[in-house]
Amino acid sequence: MKRYLVQRIGFMLVTLFVIVTITFFLMQLLPGTPFTNPEKLTNQQLLVLNAKYGLDQPLGIQYIRYLGNLVQGDLGYSFQNVGRSVSSIIGERIGPSAFLGLQALIFGSIIGLILGIVSALKHNTLFDYGSVTLAVLGMSIPSFVFAALLQYYVGVKLEWLPVALWEGYSSTILPSFALSVIVIATVARFIRSEMLEVIGQDYVITARAKGITEQQVIVKHVIRNALIPVVTMLGPLAVAIMTGTLVIEKIFAVPGLGEQFTLSIIVLDYSVIMGIAIFYSALFIIVIFLVDILYGFLDPRISYKGEAG
Amino acid sequence: MKNSVEETSKSNEVTEDLFVKAPLDIGKSEEIGTPAVSFWREAFQRLAKNKGSMISLVLLLLLIATAIIGPSLNEYTYRSQNLAHSNLPPKVQGLEWLGLNGTDSNGVDQYTERDVQVNYWFGTDEFGRDLWTRVWKGTQISLFIALVAAALDLIIGVIYGGISSFYGGRVDNIMQRIIEVLIGIPNLIIIILFILILEPGVRSIILAMIITGWVGMARVVRGQVLQLKGQEFVLASRTLGASNPRLIWKHILPNVMGPVIVTVMFTIPTAIFFEAFLSFIGLGLQAPLASLGVLIEDGYKSMRFFSYKLIYPAIIISSIMICFNLLGDGLRDALDPKMRK
Repeated sequence: MKRYLVQRIGFMLVTLFVIVTITFFLMQLLPGTPFTNPEKLTNQQLLVLNAKYGLDQPLGIQYIRYLGNLVQGDLGYSFQNVGRSVSSIIGERIGPSAFLGLQALIFGSIIGLILGIVSALKHNTLFDYGSVTLAVLGMSIPSFVFAALLQYYVGVKLEWLPVALWEGYSSTILPSFALSVIVIATVARFIRSEMLEVIGQDYVITARAKGITEQQVIVKHVIRNALIPVVTMLGPLAVAIMTGTLVIEKIFAVPGLGEQFTLSIIVLDYSVIMGIAIFYSALFIIVIFLVDILYGFLDPRISYKGEAG
Repeated sequence: MKNSVEETSKSNEVTEDLFVKAPLDIGKSEEIGTPAVSFWREAFQRLAKNKGSMISLVLLLLLIATAIIGPSLNEYTYRSQNLAHSNLPPKVQGLEWLGLNGTDSNGVDQYTERDVQVNYWFGTDEFGRDLWTRVWKGTQISLFIALVAAALDLIIGVIYGGISSFYGGRVDNIMQRIIEVLIGIPNLIIIILFILILEPGVRSIILAMIITGWVGMARVVRGQVLQLKGQEFVLASRTLGASNPRLIWKHILPNVMGPVIVTVMFTIPTAIFFEAFLSFIGLGLQAPLASLGVLIEDGYKSMRFFSYKLIYPAIIISSIMICFNLLGDGLRDALDPKMRK
């Protein structure tokens, strides 16, 4: 276990290093300069500015300096919002995104579990077919298409909930719901097939044979065992939610990290794009890592040997 | 108890002469009951039983066919503008009862209002471009991007995974470590960064998508080949003197095909999603080219007053995604040898 952990953390760091390197050099390939209206600046001013931001140094030095700052949590300064550091922008923007993401994950998991468990218990009934159809729809329809339609019908036409912006709890409902659709669909589908598999296992037959009530069989044996593999879905789901926030925050004008990212892409604020890309990647890698470890604790059948799987 | 049993057995005793030996036919045991069905035929038969998959297959073929011939069904092109006919709602002769009667969100018939004689089936956009033509042209481009990206993923993945598993040992070790690093990189972030430095266009989108897209396929191929390499039928064939190419072509490849096809079926909708996603955040194709993502983005901007602009591309992209997912599910069940009964 210890060796596995060390190895996994090693890979995490290498992956992160690769991402930082790719991001850094890709940004160097971008056309244009980081300054707005460079044609208005004199050569002297450009030299001063380049020296101030360290852009007069050779690329290798800039790269090492960037890495050094990164280790200390310094992601540089925004080129468009003068004087704002990228870390402070991320810090300010992360709140709404984290709130939406967690709300979507919790809400989606609960609804998904209920749908999946009930449809496994009522296998091959109308309810089962209905929820399977819903799950396929939820997994297939792109989140931003669903969000746009939701905004149009619930926000604009019915006027039940705020169309956009970040004012009070009611404005979090539509974006969270749009984000949670993929969670509901994935969890429902997964727990349903897991439960159907567990119901056929020998230990469930044994449990029935020893005469405990059907309720106990389902709760203690079937659901418990079916839940474990669902944990593996948490990683991909967290990623799907992070991807979703990029567009859904744009649609609902939520002042979150995703909205900042899409905004920075439009105005080409390179240092912010870089910072958020690295931040997202790090988050992504850590979530996947934690889910893997959690799964190992929950399922004693999984043993981590030296070989990373 | 014992006595009674003995008594009955005495009264109707089973004697040797009551038995007649069945004639022993040597060839009988070698005969096969039903005609041998090839793996692919059997898989197709199983797929044919899956209603959802079959409906999806038919619907997909219809969508693809319409995407190819749709743009030439009327006289407009995807780029021809007619500002006098801008923002016209959809109108179809004979389908007025479905709401396709040319009235806008205020109930005004724009066609009589502006004295427009021709009908636009899906309406027009703000430049008076025919949306029917643009939607199907966009479907064509989206499908093209997805299919090419999936095909390239397939080629790179099969080669990489094949080499890695076939040579094994140190080569495999190094190649696997590279994959382990790459698999941790979030696709979308890298795709966005690459699109930023490439010139926007169909080629850049495809290129950006395959940069990390092939990793999944390589893993599937490697896992399958490693599993197959050690199985008895491959060993048997090798013992009988089969050459390496024969082993690969006759035994490994046909057995790897199943999971590979399933992976491709799930790669295509992912690629369609990524393309639409990129267009939606403003990194997609440039005007006047259209893809489903570009159309959804345009439609979203004006959905408050011209919701038809959003709804048609939204329905089409959703149908394509649903069909590919259902077909992929069906194929996975049909091609999984463990499901054979």
